[in-house]
Amino acid sequence: MADHQTSDAFVAFERVQKSYDGETLVVKDLNLTMPKGEFLTMLGPSGSGKTTCLMMLAGFETATHGEILLDGKPINNIPPHKRGIGMVFQNYALFPHMTVGENLSFPLEVRGMGKSEREEKIMRGLERVQMGAFANRRPSQLSGGQQQRIALARALVFEPELVLMDEPLGALDKQLRETLQFEITHLAHELGITTVYVTHDQTEALTMSDRVAVFDDGRIQQLAPPDKLYEEPMNSFVAQFIGENNALEGVVKEIKGDLCVVQLDSGEVIDAKPVNVNKVGDRTRVSIRPERVEFNKSRLQEGAHTLKAEVLEFIYMGDIFRTRLRVAGIDDFIVKTRNAPDQERLRPGQQIDIGWLPQDCRALDA
Amino acid sequence: MSDAMANGQQMLTTADGKPLKQALARAQSHAKRRAFLLVLPLLAFILITFVAPIGQMLKRSVHNDGFTMHTDIGSGVETPIMVNLKGWFKANPAGTSPDEPAYAALAADLVELKRLRAPGQAGTRINYELSGSRSLFTKAARKADKLEPPYKQALLDLDEDWGDPALWRVMRDASSAYTSNFYLAAMDRTRDLDGKVIMVNENRQVYVKLFKRTLFLSLLITFLTFVLAYPIAHLLAVLPLRHSNLLMILVLLPFWTSLLVRTTSWMVLLQSQGVVNDTLVGMGILGDENRLQMMYNQLGTVIAMTHILLPFMVLPLYSVMRPINPSYVRAARSLGATSWTAFRRVYFPQTVPGIGAGALLVFILAVGYYITPALVGGADGQLISNLIAFHMQKSLNWSLAAALAALLLGGILILYWLYDRLVGIDNLKLG
Repeated sequence: MADHQTSDAFVAFERVQKSYDGETLVVKDLNLTMPKGEFLTMLGPSGSGKTTCLMMLAGFETATHGEILLDGKPINNIPPHKRGIGMVFQNYALFPHMTVGENLSFPLEVRGMGKSEREEKIMRGLERVQMGAFANRRPSQLSGGQQQRIALARALVFEPELVLMDEPLGALDKQLRETLQFEITHLAHELGITTVYVTHDQTEALTMSDRVAVFDDGRIQQLAPPDKLYEEPMNSFVAQFIGENNALEGVVKEIKGDLCVVQLDSGEVIDAKPVNVNKVGDRTRVSIRPERVEFNKSRLQEGAHTLKAEVLEFIYMGDIFRTRLRVAGIDDFIVKTRNAPDQERLRPGQQIDIGWLPQDCRALDA
Repeated sequence: MSDAMANGQQMLTTADGKPLKQALARAQSHAKRRAFLLVLPLLAFILITFVAPIGQMLKRSVHNDGFTMHTDIGSGVETPIMVNLKGWFKANPAGTSPDEPAYAALAADLVELKRLRAPGQAGTRINYELSGSRSLFTKAARKADKLEPPYKQALLDLDEDWGDPALWRVMRDASSAYTSNFYLAAMDRTRDLDGKVIMVNENRQVYVKLFKRTLFLSLLITFLTFVLAYPIAHLLAVLPLRHSNLLMILVLLPFWTSLLVRTTSWMVLLQSQGVVNDTLVGMGILGDENRLQMMYNQLGTVIAMTHILLPFMVLPLYSVMRPINPSYVRAARSLGATSWTAFRRVYFPQTVPGIGAGALLVFILAVGYYITPALVGGADGQLISNLIAFHMQKSLNWSLAAALAALLLGGILILYWLYDRLVGIDNLKLG
């Protein structure tokens, strides 16, 4: 979805490649533009090249090929300390021999700011993350969440226009992570800063970002807003990586416009939406989200193809039911249903027919 | 197993109403006893080989019974000597010039010395503080039986030196086994006739100068090892493990070579017909007649000791640098610091515990170093430990050696205390 013009882009990667050993490319032909004020997340498994991209933007790695532009100017040859980019690290990287206040003072001191102005900015910075009372503590006296708040305050205190975050919440427990996700997005939008956020946690990516770039194998597999990413994955990797996904493999039998017929390897035939298939005879992996699977016949379209399924397991999860089925020869097909008063609770051993709207079932690359 | 027992007993006794602490102590006593037995060998070893010798040494530095007690080597029987003279000293205050009874007491004691065959021992003790007096005693004791009153005249006839007031002052001091004179001597001080502390003759002042030189050279060596070790340790810490292991072996290699071999290799390199000089002359940088004197002086001591003590600086530095996450410096850089500022304000302060540990280690080792200065130091590259060894082995003035060693120990403890006050000993990180 790189539909922004390079001219009004605040951050731009142009044909960037990176290799560490001269033999393999860690980042392969990366093109990415970001408008000012956007919150963009780089999401991907470890080794997918997302952190390398962040480090190249920060200036700790140099691009082997291509150009990185910041506010229209190429920054390949600008050392990190002149880029004016705030950065938050996974291990917080708070200087252990300085107090919290001194940590925040550091970027201001190296910029030659006067004492009174510094103190005012430090206080404001700490207030912003609700840590006003902690200026004289040492980082080691703080909890992980508090340390990350300070790290955030330190990255923002010199008012950078671009902030990079490298898995900042990776070391925190779930509840704290959720609180901080919320706080970080709020702060970023409130201050109007452009943020590049790296994570391997897809929920984090979905809940926080304006757009998510899914990385794999050194390439951006898909760049889209969270809802589009989840509902309309463009390939099997994205479908598999974002959220829970049921995948069935087969061969395309027929394509007619917005609909195609796929014969599964088990012999059954289903309807799907052709996304990543070109011609009849292509192998395909069909992707259906567990909450889009329907077993109540009355809710299915007239004449829709259905599959026979056997209930293997029913898992009660409170707000939802998670049912594991054996479908078309695979036995980890998941159906998620809402815990509503009229919802049927399936029992193991039950034989049912399942179906879905053809547009929810996407035929992707095999 | 003992845990389960402890739990069981604890619950039982609390149910019985017995005090919980008592029950706990009893439950744990078995484990504690076992733990104590495990450390017992080490404890005994330290007591026997470390605490006891140091205690002995400290005692010897203030206690010398050469002039008060004779121990028969064969039977081990102890006989007090110079008792008559001691009696006269007690009766007469310091400064009293020796009269006839004093000489009479001395003559009686000389007879006893001859009987015990101990004049050498008593003379040696006096000789420590007044050189040339040993023969006085041996000569007089030989003729002690033939001495007749008036004893003063008889003794002065034997040797005029018996009238020397300085001799009588020394004998008065030595008549008590406990004395601070060895400490005074170790600080180039002595007592005048009235017992006042004064400096010794300028041409005999050696120890203070040597202490100062030892301190200066040790500080210099510590500084040099720091300057050399810091970059190596940093390199070791940032290299991938595969390469840093090889480099580490090179750093440790000197440890696996005998100290003597390393020192003699330096001699091969540094002597005036040695490798370094030959190379310089061969390359025409140096004239054959201007060969550098790099050995048998302070330079030789500094070069060889810096090399030998280098690993003691590298290892503590390495151990604090290794765990420093590179993201600290990155964070500093991203916050706007130049690489120098990032080093100075973020990286360096985090390595201070290692610097402290390395510096303390190298300094303490250097202060007591003996073999290397002895081999390559020549005359002006000697350290205080070489003099301690001299008094232990050559002059056999063990009390003076002990006093010098005790002063050295005290000095190091003071420096350690200062270090603790300034840097904090809990900031020390050895590995």
